[in-house]
Amino acid sequence: MSQMAETRPRLALSRDVLQAFYRLLAAALLCAALALASDAFLTLGNILNVLRQTALLFLMASGLTLVILTAGLDLSVGANIGLSACLAASVIQATGSAGLGVATGIGCGALIGICNGALVAWLRIPSFIATYGMMWMLTGVTYYYMAGETIHGFPPSFRQFGSGYLLGVPIPVYVMVLFLGIGTLFAQRTIWGQQIYALGANPEATRLSGVPVERRLLLVYTFSGAMAGLASLIILARINSAQGDIGEELTLPAIAAVLIGGTSLFGGSGSVSGTLIGALILTLVLNGMNLLQINASWQPLATGLIILLAVGIDTITRRTAP
Amino acid sequence: MSQIRTAALPALARVPGVAIVLVALLVGFSLAGPRFLTPANIANILMQSTVLILLALPMTLIIMTEGLDLSMGAVLTLASIALAMTVVATGSPALGFLAGLAVGLGFGLANGALVALIGIPPFIATLGTLGIAQGLALAVTDGQSVVGIPPSIERVYSGTLFAVPIPIIIGAAAYALGHLLLYHTRFGAAVFALGGNREALRLAGASDRAMLIVVYAVGGLMAGFGALLMTARMNSAHPTAGIGLEFDAIAAVAVGGTSFERGNGWLFGTLLGVVAVGVLRNGLNLLAVPSSAQVACIGALVILALFIDALRSRP
Repeated sequence: MSQMAETRPRLALSRDVLQAFYRLLAAALLCAALALASDAFLTLGNILNVLRQTALLFLMASGLTLVILTAGLDLSVGANIGLSACLAASVIQATGSAGLGVATGIGCGALIGICNGALVAWLRIPSFIATYGMMWMLTGVTYYYMAGETIHGFPPSFRQFGSGYLLGVPIPVYVMVLFLGIGTLFAQRTIWGQQIYALGANPEATRLSGVPVERRLLLVYTFSGAMAGLASLIILARINSAQGDIGEELTLPAIAAVLIGGTSLFGGSGSVSGTLIGALILTLVLNGMNLLQINASWQPLATGLIILLAVGIDTITRRTAP
Repeated sequence: MSQIRTAALPALARVPGVAIVLVALLVGFSLAGPRFLTPANIANILMQSTVLILLALPMTLIIMTEGLDLSMGAVLTLASIALAMTVVATGSPALGFLAGLAVGLGFGLANGALVALIGIPPFIATLGTLGIAQGLALAVTDGQSVVGIPPSIERVYSGTLFAVPIPIIIGAAAYALGHLLLYHTRFGAAVFALGGNREALRLAGASDRAMLIVVYAVGGLMAGFGALLMTARMNSAHPTAGIGLEFDAIAAVAVGGTSFERGNGWLFGTLLGVVAVGVLRNGLNLLAVPSSAQVACIGALVILALFIDALRSRP
């Protein structure tokens, strides 16, 4: 705690709090507007649905938040989810063991993250292009591996993970709270977390002050990959089937959640808890479009606009208030 | 003597990469099956590479400015839909062509403005416009193909001029123009400076922002031209037809030896890169390798090219 107070001026901290407050206010206004616009919004079923979607989006985006904090980007999140889900699905089907499936999903995700991390940290390839190449490679491998087939029907013990409830709350929400805690504690209260912030703000100074920059980058990309693996398991358990395209169109929303949550693409500022608010806002927007029966084709357009809006505001405020 | 060697080195260090890849692919596929090395198939590869060259040329310029355009495939798709819908509605191929170009130019200008005026990092700005173009393409067509295109459009792909197929002429003209633009105009010099030394450009009195916008606008415009060829080839427009085309273009540029960080561009390398990607896809097709595995191969090729570039640039 004392370390945080030292490294961050009080003024900046209060501005962070203020910005989080604005975002929560936006989410609340969105809720109010949706409640007025649609009778279906404030039903228990829909609220649980929003919570479940938010949890899933947050889990995909939480690892990505750390990557973006280092001024990097992981474009392979969606493709990672696709391959991890398909491999986990075939392991579960072959062995009948949920535990092995979970290990496969998270292991596959983490392994992909390690590859990304190695490309970025040691070969110094710009992260957006390294993970972009990775994204297409993974997409190709997934489609090739699945060959148009669908794997479905998983044991109930595994399905609980995505569609089960505990005390009336969906289980993914508990997973979300767990990783919100872990992520926040790691980023704000550990030396490694602080080094990740420093790395994003000024890589050269961080390197010169003796931080093993390469190993921190590897950690961050591995974590992002592992979280994609975890998210893939929840998706798998929820929809009870795996197809080659299971991870398609998930990268854009994950990036949007991080950016709406106030984490800057330029590195060094933002938070995992902000990403939770970002995930909630994006989920509310997409849920609202569904409730208002707007064709789902408009969703990538809305997500794209939101990304540009969030980054545009961040860029302009940085330029005017350095 | 030593001066000559240092001057020749960068060129030599780049040439082998893409040339070796291309020769290896040509030899490999020729040995793998009898259907590869036939005049008809080689002509086929060149024909199929024409859309790609239209995208890869401006992509080279964009990457030279340390930028990226992830929206090209989606913009080409949307332009193709605009073209097809306009032709079907008005019956005028010229109006359709203009509609496609307008969509391309509009998105190119938007990308340029987001990058140059607002200062959004290019990969994220164009990721946003990718989402917008993809969403619009799906929404206006409701996921269906646009059909009923008059044969005059289709002849752009199948027709010949002086016994040379029209797409080949378009591709060659585009390359020649690109070469002139990059190596023989002040704009080209500005493109080199945008990546390597933006400050010098500003000090020399040129508007770096305007130049950057022009670079992205050219990219959008070329996507509009690509839409014409694509629509003519398929004789229809489909909202997912161009998905991932930007990846082939980026692959061609990366394999062709243009660097993502230092403003080093090489247009002829891109041309070879386009042929390499075309040969790879065609050869794998002949070996009945599914397109999914082709995508994985190109992904691996890109990572390999980046890997080699990274090793080379290490001090």
